[in-house]
Amino acid sequence: MSTNGLDGVMHSAINICTRSQARWAEFTQWVNLDSNNLSDGQKLAVKYFTVAVILFFAQILFGMLAATQFIYPGFLYEILDFNVNRMVHINAMVVWMLYGFIGCVYWLLEDESKTEIVGLKLGNIAFWVLTGAVTLVVLVYLLVQIGPGKTSSLWLINEGREYIEAPRWADIGIVIVMLIFFYNVVATFSKGQWSGIAGVLTLDLVALAGLYVAGMFYMTNITHDQYWWWWVIHLWVEATWEVLVGVIMAWSLMKLLGVKRKIVQTWLYIEVALMFGSGILGLGHHYFWIGTPEYWFTIGGFFSALEPIPLVAMVVHAVYDSGSHAFKNGNHPALAWIIAHAFGNFFGAGVWGFMHTLPQINLYTHGTQWSASHGHLAFFGAYATINIAFFYLAIQHWRGNVWMSGQSENAWRWKWALGLLNVGVVGMTIALLIAGYEQSFIERAVEGSTWAGYFSAQNHPSFQSAMIWRWFFGLLTFAGLILLIWDLMTIGKTETRKAQEIISE
Amino acid sequence: MNDTPQPLWASETFWKKTAIWVTAGSFIVLVVLTFDSLSQTKAGSKRVPAYSVINKKIDYQYQPQLHKSIPVIGENEFLFGKEFTEEEAFQLVDLGKKTSQAKNCMNCHTLLGNGAYFAPDLTKAWLDQGWLSTQLREDAMVKFLVDPEKNARTFGSNRKMPNLDITEEEAKGLVAFLKWMSSIDTNGFPYNFKTIYAEQ
Repeated sequence: MSTNGLDGVMHSAINICTRSQARWAEFTQWVNLDSNNLSDGQKLAVKYFTVAVILFFAQILFGMLAATQFIYPGFLYEILDFNVNRMVHINAMVVWMLYGFIGCVYWLLEDESKTEIVGLKLGNIAFWVLTGAVTLVVLVYLLVQIGPGKTSSLWLINEGREYIEAPRWADIGIVIVMLIFFYNVVATFSKGQWSGIAGVLTLDLVALAGLYVAGMFYMTNITHDQYWWWWVIHLWVEATWEVLVGVIMAWSLMKLLGVKRKIVQTWLYIEVALMFGSGILGLGHHYFWIGTPEYWFTIGGFFSALEPIPLVAMVVHAVYDSGSHAFKNGNHPALAWIIAHAFGNFFGAGVWGFMHTLPQINLYTHGTQWSASHGHLAFFGAYATINIAFFYLAIQHWRGNVWMSGQSENAWRWKWALGLLNVGVVGMTIALLIAGYEQSFIERAVEGSTWAGYFSAQNHPSFQSAMIWRWFFGLLTFAGLILLIWDLMTIGKTETRKAQEIISE
Repeated sequence: MNDTPQPLWASETFWKKTAIWVTAGSFIVLVVLTFDSLSQTKAGSKRVPAYSVINKKIDYQYQPQLHKSIPVIGENEFLFGKEFTEEEAFQLVDLGKKTSQAKNCMNCHTLLGNGAYFAPDLTKAWLDQGWLSTQLREDAMVKFLVDPEKNARTFGSNRKMPNLDITEEEAKGLVAFLKWMSSIDTNGFPYNFKTIYAEQ
């Protein structure tokens, strides 16, 4: 290459840099958020929330690509195949929810411990390390995609295990970052003060991080492989994540509605007892068909049938407390999303899970779109909603604790975002449920699960139209997300009134 | 806290203790059952046969008295015309398992019913009637895996498996892995499955 050419490249690179800096400056001026309104822990929290929103966008984008491939199988064939899009779709989801949870914990940490965060610098480094690692993992997913059948592929490219595909090097990085996060939490509570919420949170984080290690081994025996794999997936989403959400919900009900600490903490203990009491052995509903002994039918069936109970308790708790405080609260969008969470968690995780959890029906529904239907409503209802509630809480304080209500200027944006996202996800859930019913009947019950049976169910008009409806409702969800992001960047910008004071009794 | 005596069901300490005991109790039961399940499902156990089962004929037959199908291991039926020792069989199945992960099979297919739903379940893929003849099956599978585009089997769906740069050796590993997996006792899943032998 000639020197001239190199100079030209350098020149345009510098040009791009200056221009994007200028754009960034314009953007921050437009958003007009003042970080002086935040404490140190909250500043770290909003970093996590920002990345969470970006990954949320990636989740829906790649979900749309995968949904399109169900309708046009040739779409992006051998460029971004279904397995790549689907992997990015579910991984972006898991990671943005974890980012959201970590952000929530950093957000409430100083308030709950009544002291300044300990190890802030380390926490900041951990954030950048994790974000760098996530970026690299996603780039490798998209550009390298697959490797030869060797151990090195599992270490460097992709482990090929649904939900925890991240290569082994990233697993180790995640564990280190989780340890730093855990140190921040424990050291801060130890310096300040402990509470019931703090205790449950700490023990839950130990379990959450410890369980991840169960998914970090390669096993030839696929029965053992899936046995441990479910330890991570199930004991995360149906046990430790639910308890984490219980903690976040307990704290936010105190802050948003002014519910008494004694009430939320008692509820939290009840929820932990019910959640772990049903969820830990409810793990058995994943052990019906992977080669494990038949006693899991009884244990898994019985305990997973109990799993909706704590979710009912959470609905009662949220709705009762909201009602008894006459819905008087300082942040309407956040409370609306908390209520969406209570119902979404109950229907998505509880009802939709229960519908196909007993082995007698699961024999036909296992591995069909039933699971996708349940997955969509449960992850959204249980986890996306509460994170979004926290985004609103964070943005309110970032703007200097301004008034945020249903009557504020441009309140239509948060109401429409709430409506579109909920209608979109419920619509996808119903479309996938229809596809799941059809698959269970035609592929499983009638045709006996052969490949020909699988495809005759996939080619059936009711399945095909369900996939079109799913795509359409996916688009509504996407529109809701874009509106949500716009709203988060603008809500409260012109508001001068302060939020009404809520004091926990 | 207030002075009025509280009923047990409203007491914070009571629920705290309950939460701890219930969690610890459930976890201990899970750990005990885990030891039992793992030992009952070691490769070479009754439920999960040794890898050398790839030397045998494997079928999946409905048992009317049990109301479900169970794997039936029969006579010798060598894979690729060769009898594998236990170690060789392990090496080949292991290559197949690693390939299945490195090629991200699970984000289109299901294995033991777990994964994505864009392509058919692989649990009993070895026994599927779609391979038409037991004599041609292993070659057809290898050819398909090495060049799925040219040997596409879309069953009228237009969904084609992409080319995943699978070598012939990896394809043989995958076939061995699929044959071994079809011998696992999955408690009757999938139900009512008619194997390639049932037709003949």
